[in-house]
Amino acid sequence: MSEIKVENHEIVIPGDLLAEGEFRCGDGVVKRGNSYYSTLIGLFQDKGDFIQVKSLKGKYFPRPGDLAIGKIIEVGLTSWIVDIGSPYFAILSGNNATEKRFDPVKDDARKIFDIGDIILTKIISFDRTKDPTIITNERGLGKLRGGRIIEIEAAHIPRVIGKKGTMINMVKRLTRTQIITGQNGRIWVQGKKIDDELKAIESIKKIELEAHTQGLTDRIRAMLSDNQQTTLGDE
Amino acid sequence: MAGDGTTQLIDEKGKRLDGRKLDELRPIEIKIGVLKNADGSAEIRMGKNIILAAVYGPRELHPKHRALPNRALIQCFYRMSTFSVNDRKSPAPSRREKEISMILSNALTSVILTEKYPRTTIDVYLQVLQADGGTRCAGLTAASVALADAGIPMKGLISSVAVGLANDKVVLDLFDIEDQKGSGDLPLGYSPILDEVSLIQLDGVFTLEQFEEALHLGIKGAKEIYEIQKLALKEKYSAIRNEVADEIKPSKKEVKEVPKEEVKEAPKKEVKEVPKEEVKEAPKKEVKEPPKEEVKEAPKKEVKEPPKEEVKEAPKVKEKEEKEDE
Repeated sequence: MSEIKVENHEIVIPGDLLAEGEFRCGDGVVKRGNSYYSTLIGLFQDKGDFIQVKSLKGKYFPRPGDLAIGKIIEVGLTSWIVDIGSPYFAILSGNNATEKRFDPVKDDARKIFDIGDIILTKIISFDRTKDPTIITNERGLGKLRGGRIIEIEAAHIPRVIGKKGTMINMVKRLTRTQIITGQNGRIWVQGKKIDDELKAIESIKKIELEAHTQGLTDRIRAMLSDNQQTTLGDE
Repeated sequence: MAGDGTTQLIDEKGKRLDGRKLDELRPIEIKIGVLKNADGSAEIRMGKNIILAAVYGPRELHPKHRALPNRALIQCFYRMSTFSVNDRKSPAPSRREKEISMILSNALTSVILTEKYPRTTIDVYLQVLQADGGTRCAGLTAASVALADAGIPMKGLISSVAVGLANDKVVLDLFDIEDQKGSGDLPLGYSPILDEVSLIQLDGVFTLEQFEEALHLGIKGAKEIYEIQKLALKEKYSAIRNEVADEIKPSKKEVKEVPKEEVKEAPKKEVKEVPKEEVKEAPKKEVKEPPKEEVKEAPKKEVKEPPKEEVKEAPKVKEKEEKEDE
């Protein structure tokens, strides 16, 4: 009875018929009657009795536990409003900002984070009725200094990281840079030389552009090792 | 709008003023992703019509009291450029533009899964650059493609076309003269996947038989347009995939056809033959050019902060591992 109508990894658009019969469905799939239809533009994924459409575009949708790179857009007496690139602005309250207790009488919120600061945060709660709440008081979180930030489609972040971080670790190693990837599509890159940073950014852009193709890790490795050889040759 | 119906719009051979048959569409061309700063965009050329559609969102809605607690608000802004018609159009928003904006918002709301993004807005801007009849239909067609391009979840696309009466005959896809001189006009928005009509308006006088015929002709036309929309959307991503397959990694079929020796030798030779100087120059350009463009075009996205303090070790943060297949 159950029948899948499109090939695995095929590009589908909203309204495409994916399958008929009994399946469990994930993101981007709706069931009408006995048929399953795509609701997104993306890649179809067939995992036996489970089908889903992996989005290729779209705004970042916050999930608790995600790391996100945000920008402070408003400072209140005891809280900040942060743009994390999602449809909703995130709220960072004073007590979640630093390890110390925040005292609105003694402490000045602007001295901790000011408008325009770029911060690495973790989302701790979000649901349909409330804006996302974020924290910066864990190890590694907080203000990002130096470096560059690039913004890519949030849907392509898993591809940039790769399986168990293979892709991002390779880029870090071959370009000698430090890279932090936020789940919201913003990536922080810092290297000792500007050229290194630019190289890392170039390769990340390439990953984004070709995210829906196969054999990408090998191509990026080839691209970066070519670059490395020529720069060594220069010196 | 509807004329008196006396003007000769169909000749003896059954052809219309622009040489089309009664049930023939104008040539349609749809391009995706034409605007860089929009979340999703499309350009449609339908005959002499040229319309740009841009989608922003879902994003925060201001003023906030207009936000809906259970779903996203769809706001459509249909505007005609002053130069889009023969007599200069007044730049002030007209009653007609406001009305079309409203009916298009309602039509789009019926296919978008708005309940996924409560308290937000999805803005759709339609700018008519050149008008030749049936702009609301062409606009709706473009808007639904732009929404899909923005990654907004939808039940299906809307394809839209106008049907009308010319000399008491039902004709598909009216252009400007037929729109003004003909005796009836029926814009139709139809979703082939859902088999639902999401927009229908009527101007002029139709008999019951004419209306039925017009509805069926409109649905037939909409299905033709749907195929073009589908092709345009898939083309954008297939193009990148094919390009990569051709240039860097010959597909499996090709490898089989080409003798193995050639495949192995070809890349090696290239590397050896190119003098070192050339090798040095070429990659430099590649490396430097793209980031420069980036800085110029999107200065907001790339934020530079001069290092205020010495940078210690990178903050140790575990990256999320991808659990799924690549």
